[in-house]
Order: sequence, then C-alpha cells, then structure tokens
Amino acid sequence: MDLSLSTRTEGDRTIVAVGGEIDVYTAPKLREQLIDLVSNGSYHIVVDLEGVEFLDSTGLGVLVGGLKRVRAHDGSLRLVCTQERILKIFRITGLTKVFPIHASVDEAVAASD
Amino acid sequence: MPTVRLQISATPAHVRTARLVATAVARRSGVADSALDEIRLAVGEACSRAVSLHEEFAPHEMITVLLEDEGKFVVTVRDLGPVGTESRHTDPLEGFADLPGPDQFLATYSDRMPTGFGLAVIGSLVDDVEIRAAGDGPGTLVRMTWPIGTALT
Repeated sequence: MDLSLSTRTEGDRTIVAVGGEIDVYTAPKLREQLIDLVSNGSYHIVVDLEGVEFLDSTGLGVLVGGLKRVRAHDGSLRLVCTQERILKIFRITGLTKVFPIHASVDEAVAASD
Repeated sequence: MPTVRLQISATPAHVRTARLVATAVARRSGVADSALDEIRLAVGEACSRAVSLHEEFAPHEMITVLLEDEGKFVVTVRDLGPVGTESRHTDPLEGFADLPGPDQFLATYSDRMPTGFGLAVIGSLVDDVEIRAAGDGPGTLVRMTWPIGTALT
C-alpha cells in the first residue's frame, strides 16, 4: 500500500490525515507535504496517524523535521495515534518525549501550546 | 539451508518487497503472530539501512536477504557497503540509552535520522540480534532471530 495524505483545517490548526505505510519509499511525500504547509503559513499541525499501517525510522525522521520547521515559527506539531504497533517505535526510541501524542484529533486540536 | 533468498537492488520501493516477503515467510514458519509486526519493522530497518548505504557506496550491487526457518526464524540482511560507517551516537546493541534529550535531539537532527538509528531500533526491538562485518568481502551482516511457535530463544 502506498501513502495517502489528506489535509483539512480547523481554526488555526491544520490536520494531516495519513494512511498506508510510511517508510523509506513513501516518506519523501509526507516530508514535501509538511514543508509545503509550513511554507504556506501553517504552523500548528496535527498529524493523524490512525490510518497508518507501518511507520519506520525514516518516517520518524520526517516527523522530527516537521516539528523542527514549525518550532522555528513558534508553532506545534502534534500526533494522533492509539495503535500500539505504531506507538512502539516512538516508545523504544524515546520520541514520546519529543512529540505530544493524542488519542483523538479533537483532543489534539483542543490542546493548548 | 536458507529457505528463501531474496536479492533487491538499492531501491527504496523494494524495502517494502523485502518486508512483505519476510513477513509472509515468518507467518508460514509458525512464528507467533505477536512477533510479526516486530519482524516487519526490524527487516524494514535493516533493509532501509542497506539501501541507504548502497545508494551512496554500491549503487549497482544487490542487497541479500536470507530467510531461514529451521527450528528458528532467522533473517540475515547482507549489504556490500563499507563497514563501520555507523555513528557512535548509538550503539546498536545498547539501544537508545544515550539518546540526548528532546531539545538537544531537535537541535541535532532533522529529516534524516542519524546513521545508526535504524540499527538502534533493531537492537531495541529484537532480543536476538547480531551485527558484524561479513568477513568474506565487503559489507555487514545484520542477523536477527525469532523463536518459532512457543520455543524459547
């Protein structure tokens, strides 16, 4: 399965819903999407990973890159994920301390920065 | 004898091919279902690392993935890149004990995780892993072993 991306806004938040597999092949597509959003002035981004079936360290790198870009504009990058198999890589790499991870898009949108 | 021997060119798209084949063979061999996600991720990390190395150092050479399922399920990923290119930032077998804090982490890395990060993921994920120079030529072997059925490692 390839990567699917869909973007919508709620107030000043931009939600990127990701589906499929984020790996060395597909990660560049997500990176471009995040770069485009920041270039167009979206600095508060919620990445919804609930539709993601696979995420590896290449994908983590893209999310870290996105977080750096929004932070440069005092923005935020929040993740939505409840799937244990996806959360595991954040946990073992210690990146749960780097990313705010929420149980739902509503919760992530409501979170204050 | 290896059950399945797969060769892929240094093509990011074929990392997924390797993941799919490894997971299918693992499932057939009787590895516990709970280990399949771990196998998928570990094989993906090992092959991503090999593809990155080959893209830089050996773009026309093939990466080999050996899958064996006699008694244990063993995946060996062999690249033909130079040995010892991993940063010392993370010791693959020590995992992420020395990972810097979030701010330092963000100050240091962007977009691409440091060389060695994928091996550290493997080291944290897989109980039985061996990473060593191939010895019989260039390249590194990443050998990962999982029990079959309920057998203990």
